[in-house]
Amino acid sequence: MDATAALTTPSATGAASADAVANPKIVAKNVNVHYGEKHALKDVSVDIAERAVTAFIGPSGCGKSTFLRCINRMNDTISICRVTGRITIDEQDIYDPSLDVVQLRARVGMVFQKPNPFPKSIYENVAYGPRIHGFARSKAELDEIVEDSLRKASLWNEVKDRLDDSGTGLSGGQQQRLCIARAIAVSPEIILMDEPCSALDPIATAKIEELIDELRQNFTIVIVTHSMQQAARVSQRTAFFHLGVLVEGGPTERIFTSPNDRRTQDYITGRFG
Amino acid sequence: MTLIYIVAMVLVGVGAYLTGRQKGVAFAVAGVAPGGARMHSLPSYHGFYVAVAAVAPMLLLLLLWQPFAPRFVEMQALSSLPQHLVPTDELQRSTRMREIVTLANGGQVPDAPAGVQAGADAFVLWRGLADWALLIFGGALALVGFGWATRQLSPEFRARNRVERVVKVVLLACSAVAVLTTVGIVFSVLFETLRFFSKYPWYDFLFGLQWSPQTAIRADQVGASGSFGAVPLFAGTTLIMLIAMTVAGPIGLFSAIYMAEYASPRVRGIAKPVLEVLAGVPTVVFGFFAALTVAPFIRNTGEMLGLNVASESALAAGLVMGVMIIPFVSSLSDDVINAVPQSLRDGSYGMGATKSETIKKVILPAALPGIVSAFMLAISRAVGETMIVVMAAGLAGNLTFNPLEAVTTVTVQIKTLLVGDQEFDSAKTLSAFALGFVLFFFTLVLNFIALRIVQKYREQYD
Ligand SMILES: Nc1ncnc2c1ncn2[C@@H]1O[C@H](COP(=O)(O)OP(=O)(O)OP(=O)(O)O)[C@@H](O)[C@H]1O
Ligand SMILES: [Mg+2]
Repeated sequence: MDATAALTTPSATGAASADAVANPKIVAKNVNVHYGEKHALKDVSVDIAERAVTAFIGPSGCGKSTFLRCINRMNDTISICRVTGRITIDEQDIYDPSLDVVQLRARVGMVFQKPNPFPKSIYENVAYGPRIHGFARSKAELDEIVEDSLRKASLWNEVKDRLDDSGTGLSGGQQQRLCIARAIAVSPEIILMDEPCSALDPIATAKIEELIDELRQNFTIVIVTHSMQQAARVSQRTAFFHLGVLVEGGPTERIFTSPNDRRTQDYITGRFG
Repeated sequence: MTLIYIVAMVLVGVGAYLTGRQKGVAFAVAGVAPGGARMHSLPSYHGFYVAVAAVAPMLLLLLLWQPFAPRFVEMQALSSLPQHLVPTDELQRSTRMREIVTLANGGQVPDAPAGVQAGADAFVLWRGLADWALLIFGGALALVGFGWATRQLSPEFRARNRVERVVKVVLLACSAVAVLTTVGIVFSVLFETLRFFSKYPWYDFLFGLQWSPQTAIRADQVGASGSFGAVPLFAGTTLIMLIAMTVAGPIGLFSAIYMAEYASPRVRGIAKPVLEVLAGVPTVVFGFFAALTVAPFIRNTGEMLGLNVASESALAAGLVMGVMIIPFVSSLSDDVINAVPQSLRDGSYGMGATKSETIKKVILPAALPGIVSAFMLAISRAVGETMIVVMAAGLAGNLTFNPLEAVTTVTVQIKTLLVGDQEFDSAKTLSAFALGFVLFFFTLVLNFIALRIVQKYREQYD
């Protein structure tokens, strides 16, 4: 348990009490993930704060995406993947067999590393979620949701005149914001983002970061990133993964200024990774 | 003899390769020494280049020689026959040649005229001469090529680039053969079609409603001129195609969806090959399945329901043909569904869509162009199919859209028109070419559309 340094475990350091999450939205306890024989995540325990941005950092292959995908059970689509342990959202166990995965994923939206708009019009991309969940009773309501989501994703001004154009025809940065709008349109409580800026240039990245900062008012956001600067800029809390183990987590500022663990220190100062 | 020549070619090739590579290795050794020139190409490229230079002229000679030499030998044999035995027409000529060849090969021709032996002797002599000439010429050409190539070898020689060009030429030649064959077939069919239209007006052919191609042998018989209105055939073809696609479309598509999205890897590993075996069943087997099992079943069922069903019906043929083309639809659709990027599925599942919602709203629309082209290919397959229809749908050119009646199709009529002894310039025979041309044109258009759609589809993901 020591190595996992769960945020709520006071044993790690004296500063732990300051690290504790006051209002955890997501609580993971002893999560283990196996891909066939491969033990990809080992005893990960972490609390994720509500209406805040939590960043996952760590070297490639350490299990960040794997953990992220546990939170909305996207790992269910991988047949060899086995998840044990307990993850709760608002104190409700999401691996409870009676839980409806489809409902869960409507509450926990996801934005992927590579922008993946559907080969449909911009409008249809955003309207997709509301349609399948039956959120809008009329065309006007749907229009409103679409506009609102596009505005929140700060894409509205760029696309309002061409909502019928294909979503795949947008630039990479616009596509990624479209995907964010698409996720917002379902009004989830949590948005998971797996390296949302890795395919984007600095300007598009800055836009998305700004957006993430705004979204934090209404959503709980978990973001995986390879950029230390990005983690420092956008997140309030940071968790560092290494070789399938959650090494330490806490307020971003503390992690970057006075990490408790030697490995964290080495990683953020760029000595390995 | 040709066999010996080919063996010689192989030997020359191997020898030339080894020699060339040997030289290359020598360059390489020299190149490592201080002051030596660094080699451009690996030794094996030198070897390959020399081998090609030696073998290619031999091969060319063989190709040029093959059509002419036997004819020349034959001419020599015939011209050395005594005057009264020299054949005057084609028939005599072939009889005479058969006798000569038999005698030359040491056989007996009991009733051959005495003078034929002289022809046979000449045949043996000239055949031997021709064979030797081929070998000697070939050897000489190989030597020239070999000498020319080895002379060029040097450390700086760009054998690798030359070999690359040879590879290109070989590939080009192969595709040229395929393309030229197609063009040749098209033109021969086109030519015969035009001949048919000079005997029979094309608008009567394309728009006529009466198909009875039996022309009389003698001019004074009844029905002396056949009637070649092809509309009943087009209608029959369309009808059977529609029935077949009604079966194969949904079943093929849905099984593709099952395979691609729902089946576990194990089920898929078994079911997919089994389904594809269906594509390997000879159509004649489907044909008698249609004629012996399905057609009587349909007739009996129809009679129980009080319907009037012909013993050979479009329905029977169409159903079985539909089963036959299921694998075309399913296998191609399965491929295009699998080609839809996983990221789109993830995107949809990540929004809380169920599997069937994802398939219906994301995967199928994305794969639609590919699925359409799978359908097109299946249709051209159905339209071109003959055996099943011959056996199960009949020969009567009824103009009907009632699936319970006997109909006939374009391919069946082509087969019927050309089977048996025919004059090759009667309107009846020539009409088969016109039908073939229409069929060819139709499938060409279908394939063209399918290809265009597939191209568009490619652009979307790349
Ligand atoms: N579908 C899968 N099948 C088998 N093994 C997998 C699968 N996905 C991930 N893994 C393994 O699990 C481990 C963690 O992978 P994960 O994708 O979570 O890493 P990551 O931290 O997101 O890395 P990156 O920063 O490169 O995205 C890796 O060792 C990887 O090989
Ligand atoms: Mg990852």
